[in-house]
Amino acid sequence: MNRAGPMRNQGASRRFVLLCLAVGLLSVAAPFLFPAIVKQLSIFWVMVIVAYTWDTMGGQLGYNSFGNIVFFGAGIYVSAIIQIAPFTNMRDYTAAGEEGAALTLTMAQYLGGLAPGLVAAAAIGFVLAIAFGFVILGLRGHYFAIGTLALGIFVAQIFANWEYVGAGSGIIMPELPGRGRASDQEKSLLFYFLCLLLAGATIFFLRWLYTTRFGLAINAIRDDEDKAEAMGIATTLYKVAAWSVSGFFLGICGALYGNIVRFVDPEETAFDGPGLGVWMVLMAVLGGKGSLWGPLIGAVLFHATKELLWTYLLGFQNIALGLLVVIIVVFFPEGIMGWIRARWPALVGERVDASAQSQAAR
Amino acid sequence: MLENFQLLAENPVGLLNLIIDGIMIGAVFALIAYGMALVWGVMNIINLTQGEYVIFGGFVAFYTAGEWTLTIDAIGVSLTWPGVHALWALIVAPAVLYAVGWGVYRLVIFRIVDRDMFTSILATFGISILLQQFMNSVFTADDVIARHGMGTWSAWRTDMGELAIERVRIVALAFALVVGGFLAFYLKNTRDGQAIRAVAQNARAARLMGIDADRVYARTYALNAALCGAAGVLVSMTLTIHAFTGLIYTVRAFMIVIIAGLGNVTGVIVAGLGLGAGEKVAEFLIGTSYQVAFVTGLLLVVLLYRSVRLAMRRRYLA
Repeated sequence: MNRAGPMRNQGASRRFVLLCLAVGLLSVAAPFLFPAIVKQLSIFWVMVIVAYTWDTMGGQLGYNSFGNIVFFGAGIYVSAIIQIAPFTNMRDYTAAGEEGAALTLTMAQYLGGLAPGLVAAAAIGFVLAIAFGFVILGLRGHYFAIGTLALGIFVAQIFANWEYVGAGSGIIMPELPGRGRASDQEKSLLFYFLCLLLAGATIFFLRWLYTTRFGLAINAIRDDEDKAEAMGIATTLYKVAAWSVSGFFLGICGALYGNIVRFVDPEETAFDGPGLGVWMVLMAVLGGKGSLWGPLIGAVLFHATKELLWTYLLGFQNIALGLLVVIIVVFFPEGIMGWIRARWPALVGERVDASAQSQAAR
Repeated sequence: MLENFQLLAENPVGLLNLIIDGIMIGAVFALIAYGMALVWGVMNIINLTQGEYVIFGGFVAFYTAGEWTLTIDAIGVSLTWPGVHALWALIVAPAVLYAVGWGVYRLVIFRIVDRDMFTSILATFGISILLQQFMNSVFTADDVIARHGMGTWSAWRTDMGELAIERVRIVALAFALVVGGFLAFYLKNTRDGQAIRAVAQNARAARLMGIDADRVYARTYALNAALCGAAGVLVSMTLTIHAFTGLIYTVRAFMIVIIAGLGNVTGVIVAGLGLGAGEKVAEFLIGTSYQVAFVTGLLLVVLLYRSVRLAMRRRYLA
């Protein structure tokens, strides 16, 4: 996993800006080009975000977490409570279930609930990551992996038994006010662009973060934690900080996802450890752990494959998915970026510098 | 919850009953954990498929005990199974699962034996997702329990209450003890067992001594699957099983192994029995709906206790 920091030359950086512009334009145009699948496209950006935030832990810090789903689910629930509780009796609303009185909100109420909901979701993800981090990040290697797996199941079970938030039968999220087709369109567009914005923010924030001392420190922890500690890096603080970055973005991401699917079930949507909790790992591994663009590539491939499987193999999709997990992990452990790096190192901005070579020769 | 405490305090026989019930199912947990420790110790793989093998064995027992008809229209064949006593599955299930385990090893596991642990965790998790859906689609998507009609044995009647033990739990305890003893003997005293231990100690040296390590791995992995299959038979005769409930057995097995430590057979037995009893009492006190939360929460506590203890030791050294 040791690799030199990327050295970018002028040409590479111009190529990068062009690439970003192209991807950006395509992303903005996508919902208008394919209006029928705006929801799937929004969920695609959710996938990108969860893959990136997983890669911060698994790829950059070397802590393979199966419990990141906790922050995602906490975000969903917190935003759901904030969006619903001020306008109706939460307990009655969740107890009534699907047949219950629908919650009709005015636009001001809806947005007035959504905005603080997103902020609170970010906060809960951040705070929970710090709280859990100080305790659980003391575990290492596979103990951490299985500990976080257990954490995910544990939290899911707590929510599945909590009557206030609807226990096992879940919560129905309020609908964006307005009627008819136009409103549906607007609604999906609103959340599409929120997801796109968040994904962009996540990617560029992490890209910047990995170039700082912080990035170097967490990579050092990944490569050898004991040596990193011996070199004076406050490992616990860095680990907790990395997880809280994950938690922050995952919280908002969860809140958006809850509003997109509009139904919050503790085990199927919010804390879907065996589902989304593993998919995020898979996307990062497929694209290439510990690389900047790996999670994006992994998310594109995985989301497309998954949607196809769900469409054509309904009922057997998990068999195909399990097979996919095994094939990816067994045959492509370094992912696509790892393969590209080995094949064309110059393409990913890594090159053996001519001056460095001559210096070494001297 | 408080009234449940009071209920138990007033009724020692009831408490004893819970503990005995728990210990007997705990023996089955210990069996599953024993298999996990075997694979972990010999192959350095944490096998997350453990629970699915248990459920698979449970389904074998369900179909051994029940009557069913299989009709294949394409060739016009109709098979009818009359249904025999569920205990026959104790022979069938290990055989089936041995084959399944062997197949899984030959297809996947042999490729990841030398890889890092994260790879094996993720790969076996993938297999477990696959098996869950497979069982859900092919066997049944319902909650099932293997019919056995063995009833309960009222061991002790007092004026405070009755000590009633399901007979199948006694079978479970006895079977687990016999299999555990047989395995210990097998590993210690037979050539095959010695080969397994040799590979566990040093695979490279074992290869130099002419041991076919690949075959030893295959045998170990298949043996573990067979163990889980047998455990699954006993589980499905006592508790309901469902295709998607395997993971919790994996969590239990993992917890037992880390409490006991690798290679500590006595520890596995004690931890297994203890977990069974503790879980049963906790289930009574806080309700069945929190059972999974209790098990995973306990695993977290155990892991954290370990890590805190290690941290203390490190501080002492510094």
